[in-house]
Amino acid sequence: MKLSFNARNVVVVLVIAGLLLLPVYSALSGKVFVLTLFTRIIIFALAAASLNLIMGYGGMMSFGHAAYLGIGGYAVGILAHEGIGSGFIQWPVALITSALFALVIGSLSLRTRGVYFIMITLAFAQMAYYVASGLSRYGGDDGLTIYKRSDFGGLINLSDRVQFYYVCLACLLGGVYLIWRIVNSRFGMVVQGVRSNEQRMQAIGFPAYRYRLVCFVISGTICGLAGALLANNTDFVSPAVMYWTRSGDLMVMVIFGGMGSLFGPVIGAIAFLLLEEFLSQFTEYWALIMGPLLLLIVLFARGGIMGILGRFSRG
Amino acid sequence: MLVVVEQCLNGLQFGLLLFLLAAGLTLVFGIMDFVNLAHGSLYMMGAYFAATFVAWTGSFVLGVVLALGATLLLGILLESVALRHLYGRDHLDQVLATFGLILFFNDLVRLVWGPAGLALPLPSWLTVPVQILPGVYYPAYRLSIIIVALAVAAMLYFVVMRTRIGMLIRAGASNREMIGALGINIKLLFTLVFGLGAALAGLAGLMQAPILTVQIGMGENILILAFVIIVIGGIGSIRGAFMAAIFVGMIDTLGRAFLPDLLRKVLSSTAASTAAPALSSMLIYLLMAIILVVRPEGLFPAAKR
Repeated sequence: MKLSFNARNVVVVLVIAGLLLLPVYSALSGKVFVLTLFTRIIIFALAAASLNLIMGYGGMMSFGHAAYLGIGGYAVGILAHEGIGSGFIQWPVALITSALFALVIGSLSLRTRGVYFIMITLAFAQMAYYVASGLSRYGGDDGLTIYKRSDFGGLINLSDRVQFYYVCLACLLGGVYLIWRIVNSRFGMVVQGVRSNEQRMQAIGFPAYRYRLVCFVISGTICGLAGALLANNTDFVSPAVMYWTRSGDLMVMVIFGGMGSLFGPVIGAIAFLLLEEFLSQFTEYWALIMGPLLLLIVLFARGGIMGILGRFSRG
Repeated sequence: MLVVVEQCLNGLQFGLLLFLLAAGLTLVFGIMDFVNLAHGSLYMMGAYFAATFVAWTGSFVLGVVLALGATLLLGILLESVALRHLYGRDHLDQVLATFGLILFFNDLVRLVWGPAGLALPLPSWLTVPVQILPGVYYPAYRLSIIIVALAVAAMLYFVVMRTRIGMLIRAGASNREMIGALGINIKLLFTLVFGLGAALAGLAGLMQAPILTVQIGMGENILILAFVIIVIGGIGSIRGAFMAAIFVGMIDTLGRAFLPDLLRKVLSSTAASTAAPALSSMLIYLLMAIILVVRPEGLFPAAKR
C-alpha cells in the first residue's frame, strides 16, 4: 500500500496526532470532560472499525453488532460481580465469549443473503438483549454496576483517566492496524473477492462460506474488546448497550465516515458523537437536526466523509 | 379453560394488529424493494394523531377517521419529498435514511406533544364486556379490533386480488420495469401503495393506543416484530404476512401468559418469574432464526422475479 500526500491521508495523520496529544490539551486547559468524551468516542470508533471489516470489506450488513458490545461488557461485569477482578482473566473471557457468539450466529446467519441477513443478525442481537434483561442475578433490565475496573496488577491503572485513555487509544490503533493487515492479506483479498462475486470465488476453489465466517468472528471479537472497554469506561453495563438502535448508531458511524475505507469508521465515530454532543448543547431536540442530516448524507454524500475527501484530493 | 379462550383471543387480536403493520411493510418492500424502518414512526404518528383529534373533536369515531386521513397524507408527503429518491438504492442506504427519520419523528413528537405519554380514552359503548360464549366475557374494544382488522384484511385481499389496481400492484411486485414499460404510471402507483401502507400502520397504532399508552418510541419494538413477520412470511407476500402475523401474535401472547406457570414447575418461582418474560420475548426471534436457516426465503415466498 503506497502512502501518498493527499487530503485523505493528511486528515488521517492529523486525527491520529490530535488523539495522541488530546490528554495534554485536556491537562493544560483543565477541561476534563474532553478526555472522558474522547475516551467514549475512541471506544465506539473501535466498535465501528470492527463493523467496517465485515460491512465494508466483507459485504456482510450486520444489524446486530451492538450485541458484542454487550457481551464483552457483561463478561467484565459478571466476572467483577463474582469477585474476579483481574483484567488478565476478564478481557480474554470477553474476547472468547464474543468470538463464540459470533461463531454461532455467523454460522447460521451466513446461510442467508441481503435483507434476510440484516434481519437475522438483528434477531440474534435482540435475543442477546432479552437474555441480558432476564439475568436477574446481574441486575436484569436495570443493568449491573461495576464497582472496580479491571485490575492489571502494577502494570496499568485503569482508574486513572489518562492511562485509561491511552489504553483505549492503543486498542483502537492496534485494532485498525490489525484490520489493515487482514484486509491486505491473502485472506482479506479472498473475503473482498467473495463480496464482489461469490460464485466466481467458489468456482476457482475458495470455500466462500468459511472465509466469510472467519471474517465475521474476527470482527465480533474486536467488537467484544470494545465492549470490555466500554464497561470499564462507564463502570456499568446494561441491556440497553445491546438495543437495536445502538447497532443502528454503529452502522451510521461506519457509513458517515465512509464504508470500506480503513480509517473511515474512526472519523465517522468522531464526527457522529461530536455532532451529537454539539447539537445537544444547543437544543434538547438534537435528533430533529441529526435525523434529516442522515437522510441528506445518504442522498447526496455517497462514500461518507472519506469519499468526499477522496473526491477533493482527486480534484 | 376460560383463561385459555381469552388468551387465544388476545393472541389473535395482537396478531391481527401486527398484520396491519406488516401488510404495509411487505407491500412497500415487495413492490418497491424498499426497507422502511420509519414504518414504526407512522404507527406512532397514527396514535398521536388519534389522541389529539379525539380530544379535539370530542368524538371517538370522528377523531379516528381524521387521524387515518392525517397518517395517509403524512405517508404520501414523506414518500414524495424524501423516500422516492431512495428507490433503487442499496438496502443499506435505505436502512440508514429511514433510521434518521425515526430519530427525527421521535424528537418531533417530543417537541410537539411533550415527553409524557398521552392517553386515548375509549367511549363508554366500547368498554362494556361482551358475552361471546356462554359464560365467557370479552372486552368489546378488543373484540372490535378483531372485527375491524379482519374486515381490513378481507378488503385488502379483495383489492389486491380482485381489482385492477391490485393487479397492477401484483404486477409491480413481480416485475417493476415491465409494467413501467407497458405505460403504467409507476410513480403514482408507488405513492399510492406507500400512502396505503402508512394508513394501515396508522390504523394499527391508533387501535393499539387505548390498550397501551401513546408514547415516544412505541413504534420501535413493534416495528421489529413486523419485520420478523414479513421475513417469516416471505417478503412481498400478503398471505404470508397474515399467517406469520397470527402465528407471532399467538406465540407472543400465549408465551407471556403461560410460560411463567410452566417454568415454575421446573425452576424456583423467583427464577421463573424473571426468566419467563425474557424467554417469551426470545421465542419469536428464535422462531425466525430457525425458519431462516431452514427456509431462507420465508414460509410463503412471493412469486420469483
